Amino acid sequence: MPLFSQLYNFACWLTGDRAAAEDLVQETYLKAWKGFASYRQGTNFRAWIYRILRNTWLTTEAGMKAAASLDDDEQAALEPETSDTPESLLVSAREHEQVARALEALPVHYREVILLCDLEEMSYQEIGQALAIPIGTVMSRLSRARKAMRTLLTTMAERRPR
Amino acid sequence: MSCELWQERLDAYVDGETPAEESPALEQHLQTCRACAAEALGRFQIKSATRAAAARRFVPPPGFRTRIEKSIAGRRTRPSIWRRPALAIAVAAVLVLAIGVSSAIFVRRTAREQELSQLLDMHVAALASPNPVDVVSSDRHTVKPWFQGRLPFTFNLPELAGSQYSLRGGRLAYFRGRPAAQLIYELGKHEFSVFITQYDAAASGEADEKRNGFSTESWTSGGLRCVVISDAGPGDVHALGELVRTTQSR
Repeated sequence: MPLFSQLYNFACWLTGDRAAAEDLVQETYLKAWKGFASYRQGTNFRAWIYRILRNTWLTTEAGMKAAASLDDDEQAALEPETSDTPESLLVSAREHEQVARALEALPVHYREVILLCDLEEMSYQEIGQALAIPIGTVMSRLSRARKAMRTLLTTMAERRPR
Repeated sequence: MSCELWQERLDAYVDGETPAEESPALEQHLQTCRACAAEALGRFQIKSATRAAAARRFVPPPGFRTRIEKSIAGRRTRPSIWRRPALAIAVAAVLVLAIGVSSAIFVRRTAREQELSQLLDMHVAALASPNPVDVVSSDRHTVKPWFQGRLPFTFNLPELAGSQYSLRGGRLAYFRGRPAAQLIYELGKHEFSVFITQYDAAASGEADEKRNGFSTESWTSGGLRCVVISDAGPGDVHALGELVRTTQSR
């Protein structure tokens, strides 16, 4: 089974729940196996299977809730960026726990686009295929997601006892 | 370009997605602008920190992989008709045959339906136009020569003496990208179009059918395809068709 560990990891990040992630991964592989005929050679396998995982997740209760909040996310203008001094970020960004906490705190649509880009190292095109959105939307969502991430990290850095 | 605009492009830069034509200018700017360079560095750091923090944070529990593999394998061994080659071949052959026959019928029928509806449109359009005919004459010896040099084929027009039909004239029509003859006849208040086109294998066959209140009759002979269309009754359409047909086969 290709990408097994990565998919499980991604599913955990998406659901925030190990049992739900297991169900999700199992169903994804079943669907992928059954639907392998619909996978065309030459298209991107990784984007294809992540798309199955995501579509499966969107049919769950938690996924549906997240999908319903998408439109707000997409339009919501983020609160103005605090004056994040890159120096302070450099210090805090090295600390995994803080970054992990920031990721968890992000709305799920921001989290997934950041993970597909930074963790799975997908190209914008692959991300577009996995999320079934145009590249322009990938870029704008990613930009908003990263801004939100920076804001979170800055806030955490400021709260940190010195 | 302002730093604000450059910074909007830094995400793509960090992801290696900067468009080639934009790349030199951005690199140039980052070499000269401390603020943007620091911002870019900060974003690189967050990206790699994200990767480090998120990767392998959740490891599949032992046995989970095997469990999935078993559940897939379980489905794979379900008895299938495809495991009995003789039966499978027979079923496949019947299916192929059935699909082949029905699609051949379907293709032919839809080709003829398309032919009829296009010609019907042309019949109605010609009669509605202020100049229904290009050559106005009731004399077949005037109308037939008019088509010479305009059509890649030739045909005969029926002698109408002794019949109640009269020739009104002819026009050059285009059907499926090829020139065709459209002859307009009259019987009382009814008008008839006789289309003569080059033979098209897809729309072959003889038929007479009613369509939207119009009667039609079509046949193929001598490499030519003839279609008669009119709002007159099928009997009148058939009688004119018979006149044209016998002239053609002479």
